[in-house]
Amino acid sequence: MRKLTVVAAVIAALALVAGSQVPAPAPAAAELLINGAGATFPYPIYSKWFDEYAKVEPSLRFNYQSIGSGGGIRQITERTVDFGASDGPMTDEQLARAPGELVHIPTVMGAVVATYNLPGNPKLRFTPDILADIFLGRIEKWNAPRIQAANPGVTLPNDPIIVVHRSDGSGTTYIFVDYLAKVSREWEQKVGRGTSVKWPVGLGGKGNEGVAGQIKNTPGALGYVELAYAIKNHLSVALVRNQAGRFVEPTIESTTAAGVARSMPADFRVSLTNAPGANAYPIASFTWLLVYKEQADEAKGKAVVTFLHWATTEGQKYAADLLYAPLPLEVVRQVEAKIGQITFQGKPLLVAR
Amino acid sequence: MLKSDLTGAATAERLALPRSLIPARRGGVWGDRLYQGMVRAAVLAFVIIVVGIAALLVYAARPALATFGWRFLATADWDPVAEHFGVLPFAYGTLVSSLLAMLLAVPLGIGAAIFLAELAPFWIRSAIAFLVELLAAIPSVVYGLWGIFVLAPLLRRWVEPPLGRWLGFLPLFQGPPYGVGMLAAGVILAIMVVPFIVAVSREVLLAVPNHQREAALALGATRWETTRLAVLRYARSGLLGAVLLGLGRALGETMAVTMVIGNRPEIALSLFAPGYTMASVIANEFTEATSDLYLAALIEVGLLLFVVTVVVNGLARLLVWSVGGAVKEVRE
Repeated sequence: MRKLTVVAAVIAALALVAGSQVPAPAPAAAELLINGAGATFPYPIYSKWFDEYAKVEPSLRFNYQSIGSGGGIRQITERTVDFGASDGPMTDEQLARAPGELVHIPTVMGAVVATYNLPGNPKLRFTPDILADIFLGRIEKWNAPRIQAANPGVTLPNDPIIVVHRSDGSGTTYIFVDYLAKVSREWEQKVGRGTSVKWPVGLGGKGNEGVAGQIKNTPGALGYVELAYAIKNHLSVALVRNQAGRFVEPTIESTTAAGVARSMPADFRVSLTNAPGANAYPIASFTWLLVYKEQADEAKGKAVVTFLHWATTEGQKYAADLLYAPLPLEVVRQVEAKIGQITFQGKPLLVAR
Repeated sequence: MLKSDLTGAATAERLALPRSLIPARRGGVWGDRLYQGMVRAAVLAFVIIVVGIAALLVYAARPALATFGWRFLATADWDPVAEHFGVLPFAYGTLVSSLLAMLLAVPLGIGAAIFLAELAPFWIRSAIAFLVELLAAIPSVVYGLWGIFVLAPLLRRWVEPPLGRWLGFLPLFQGPPYGVGMLAAGVILAIMVVPFIVAVSREVLLAVPNHQREAALALGATRWETTRLAVLRYARSGLLGAVLLGLGRALGETMAVTMVIGNRPEIALSLFAPGYTMASVIANEFTEATSDLYLAALIEVGLLLFVVTVVVNGLARLLVWSVGGAVKEVRE
């Protein structure tokens, strides 16, 4: 009896597998598989793009592994994927190690927000020096005079600030500490920038959900998470004073505004934190796709550049729904020009539509 | 070494096997050789895998081994930006959290096993055994989430403040109650290893021959004396094995611990303070470790975790052997 059941189960499973594979190989004749790997932060928008782009170009299939920016940089450097993805620009040293010239293509923007757990959920305002000093361990209490001065009318408790940061290496951490390093000389010298740093104070939570979970369960906690995560989970987020002296609420619009504000270097390797625009939220960043300027395979190269062009123009309309900030229009124009420079055997691959 | 003399019909008779169970022979000794070869290959595969893991870890950790040498073992600094790496806080966290887990889990686990094997009515036995198996089947990430949302707030509000008030003179219970930290890690590990200890201990106790108990009872022993003298003593090495299985799991557990330990690479005496374990730092930082030295340092942490596991298991094996010897003496 039991044997029979097992046999039946195996047959059923085989039938299922076979059945699911039957429709797939139909367009196999012209199907092209593009492999990519890297950042986890933009993964939702990238998979949305792959889906939508399949309607435009059904012969193309994408396989994207969200293994983290570090892994993306390693894999594109070793040419094991057709494109990499990173939340932080590659360093000169990393670029020099790649076997060819890599170009950075900004795709969308994200922001990092300060979130907290205080009785009554007051709307807080932070100046750059307050944020830096809290994370340096110099401001230890919520009712410190400087926090109170920036938040007139808010009743702050006489409780310790429990700092929560990401414990896993993350582009979110990079953006946040890059900002702290820009606004605080002490942070730059003592801690520096990186996807993981040696935090002067605080507890580490794994992932956005780990940080948010600890903050939610700890009165008096303060930490940072991605803007998209904060919006989705209705967390209280702080306004931060930008370079122009205004307290800016982190939103999709104020994030895009940070991309407008900066004069763009030709290779797009730019940090957008502490951006100068009046409406710019100061803790924002691009996320990039990494491709070789000289492509090794004509068909794949053509597919990649056409997709990149679509993603940075047409594809931008899907960004806001998924809580990513679209690229500013000026940047889109510059990116188009950059994509036009990607070549196969010296000839540009992008064909004007 | 057993040679192929087990195949003969004479052996079958000696073992009182019905002749009909052994089919007429066609393949001759080849079938047996194939069988032996396969079983040997299976064992060899284990050896190759273990040696291979060790060799690969050493190979991949070379940059860190060359840069830091023995300092790696004695440095408490972990600064990925400045590329200063030392394993000390992680080794401390792994050992302390596992030790704490065993302190909580061993009395609980063996106590439950004694109840299940010696005292419980039959219907309770199967119901509880089912519950215990259920606990063992829960994925560790679920334990971790439960740790963040239930255990940590519970510890912060109801456990750590009274501990600090009454036992605060001990350095173990000082400092602000965060909820997450070494204590939370120890408790969650204890909950995770208890099912293993209970399940194995119960089997071990059930395997103790009944004449042991009968003999003790016949001598006028009470229930507790019977359990202590006739059962536990007899089952000592098996119980140690159960504890070691739990310890092995505690040392290597990653996800749940990472979610509740606070991930701070510092050596703090207080159990309320956040800590960090070797498995956690690898899980946290491996994906984003971009520089060669950083990656090598993480792999060296992995290598040392491997060494710690081997050493702990080796010590444990020695302990089992020595206890096993003692049991024999008692029996004789």
